Amino acid sequence: MHTTRLLKIAAVGSIAAITLAACGGSSDSSSEAAGGDAGGAPANEAYAGPVGDGEGAVNILAWPGYVEDGSTDPAVDWVTPFEEATGCTVNLKTFGTSDEAVKLMQGGGWDVVSASGDATLRLIYGDNVQPVNTDLVPNYADIFDGLKMQKFNSVDGVAYGIPHGRGANLVMWNTDKVTEPIDSWAPTFEADSPYKGAVTAYDSPIFIADAAVYLMATQPDLGITDPYALDQDQFDAAMALLEQQKELIGEYWSDYTKAIQAFNSGTTAIGTSWQVIANLAQAEGGAVEATKAKEGATGWSDTWMVAKDAANINCAYKWLDWIVSPEVNAQVAEWFGEAPANAKSCDLTSQSDFCDVYHATDDAYWTDVYYWNTPTAQCLDGRTDVQCVPYSDWATAWAALRS
Amino acid sequence: MTTTMTSASRGGFGYRHPRMRLAGLLTPPMLWLVVIYLGSLAALFLTAFWTVDDFTGQLVRTFTLDNFVEVFTNSSYYVVILRTIGIALLVTVFCMALGLPLAFFMANVAPVRWRPVLVALVLTPLWASYLVKVYAWRAMLQPQDGVLAWFLGPLGLDGPGYGFVGIVITLTYLWLPYMILPIYAGLTRLPVSYLDASADLGARNARTFRSVVMPMVFPSIVAGSIFTFSLSLGDYITAQIVGGKVTMLGNVVQTTYVTNLPFAAAVATIPVVIVLMYLFAVRRSGALDNL
Repeated sequence: MHTTRLLKIAAVGSIAAITLAACGGSSDSSSEAAGGDAGGAPANEAYAGPVGDGEGAVNILAWPGYVEDGSTDPAVDWVTPFEEATGCTVNLKTFGTSDEAVKLMQGGGWDVVSASGDATLRLIYGDNVQPVNTDLVPNYADIFDGLKMQKFNSVDGVAYGIPHGRGANLVMWNTDKVTEPIDSWAPTFEADSPYKGAVTAYDSPIFIADAAVYLMATQPDLGITDPYALDQDQFDAAMALLEQQKELIGEYWSDYTKAIQAFNSGTTAIGTSWQVIANLAQAEGGAVEATKAKEGATGWSDTWMVAKDAANINCAYKWLDWIVSPEVNAQVAEWFGEAPANAKSCDLTSQSDFCDVYHATDDAYWTDVYYWNTPTAQCLDGRTDVQCVPYSDWATAWAALRS
Repeated sequence: MTTTMTSASRGGFGYRHPRMRLAGLLTPPMLWLVVIYLGSLAALFLTAFWTVDDFTGQLVRTFTLDNFVEVFTNSSYYVVILRTIGIALLVTVFCMALGLPLAFFMANVAPVRWRPVLVALVLTPLWASYLVKVYAWRAMLQPQDGVLAWFLGPLGLDGPGYGFVGIVITLTYLWLPYMILPIYAGLTRLPVSYLDASADLGARNARTFRSVVMPMVFPSIVAGSIFTFSLSLGDYITAQIVGGKVTMLGNVVQTTYVTNLPFAAAVATIPVVIVLMYLFAVRRSGALDNL
């Protein structure tokens, strides 16, 4: 008798909870998708300024290697001087993929994020970031023009962030396992690769674009001009290539420390990687090399963005100005292994030919580097006769591939 | 003869109102169970019927069954579901095979003085961080230089490397204490007189084990298996670290919940349903009474 009554209470309680959940759910994310298509970004005002005293702290979401405070390498530290100069303590969280970055930003509590192009547009249209008032960032004037006001960091002439630098995704190999010279993605994609079982790839849906870049060189009749603007046929071809690659894969990576360890131990012989991974692996004594493949590569040009309701807005703007100042931008670029954003940094790098090695001023190098961007149904290459595959379908296709 | 005394003169509020006392005692756990636990499961299940805006990834609250259709018609997800159930079952079987003799030794063979020490030794790995243990196994399973490869090398075998086998080995190691302890508890409740009686009746050790010990300890084994099965079913970190390119259901949820939360919710309801079915199946074995 008591059991029946208790069960009734539990049943009523569950119904109440479900009703609560249904009603309460409508209050969390914003009502309808603000600006659901590429036409209208949410109307947010940039901070008018002026940049006053710091609030005492700044919460930063960044790629690993961008915000170093001496804990990775005691000689590599541009956070402590910032904290001393501005009084803003840096609270850092790193992420491994752009999807993580978007999810973390949606969770709130962050002031600044270093977003790659496959995150920036989602953050802008998802109403998670505010436009950046570039007049409040004095060092913005010295940034290379080729990085400013790009498709992925500005909308309708409104700047949404400060460019950080740029780099390409490289093909990296362990020289003990791979004795031939490598200059192409072929050993990572072709079915007859001698490194079957020891190939690695980046574990994110955006990697489909890398397959598309390879197809641009090997199957030109598919007509791919922008690896982020793929109609259904081109997309299917890219997925077929990735299925073929899956046979060669040993493991996928998104955590850069795992990639370093895998390359150094020889578990991975060859695959997609970043320059910072090659630098850190070599610093640990690993026998690795990396280069940009001749077919071209995907890359990134990251953008420092300010969260929509950033609590520490003054510290956020101070950080933006700090990270693209000539000295600091040179330090970051050398540590991470990418071309700096600030033109004056080239004279301040400890390696005198750094900018030449990383092609900072060499526009020809970047013509076949396709910066990470967010695929949309409206084709990014301007085609209007077909629908392109949007990022959410990239993600489901990637999940199906990884199953 | 018995005078009715006013009960206001003795006993507190809870004594005088037993139903209120019951309600007061039950409210916090019921709130936790119904609102926080069941409520969040219900919210998850609800989300599975929604969809996302293509571009911004924001939730669109229109009812649709597309997510479930996608999960059940795309064959690559069948493979993941079956593989995950396979891993969970294998881990359960191996934990039983390793845990039962160990628990038997602890409960019936080892001197009574040793029991607390042995229990402490079994429990100690649980104090170490989950990630530390899995990364340790990552080092041990390494294809060329790992401990397992080094061990099997002279026998002419390759190490298991990273993959399905690696996941099963690591999860077996992780959940073994959760199997050993319920079995140990069940065995200590077994009266020694039963074993004596069985021997007196002429049964050898194997027969005693089969006919006396096993039926008595079966509910404990099933209780342990609930832990290992459900913990393995939902695991995703182990697959990421030692799984190579092998993925489990949890990984599918992890890769899709950022861009397509309703789809991830639909996938996430599958392990819930599987575990519920498993719990209904074991309810009759009496395992849940002894938990």
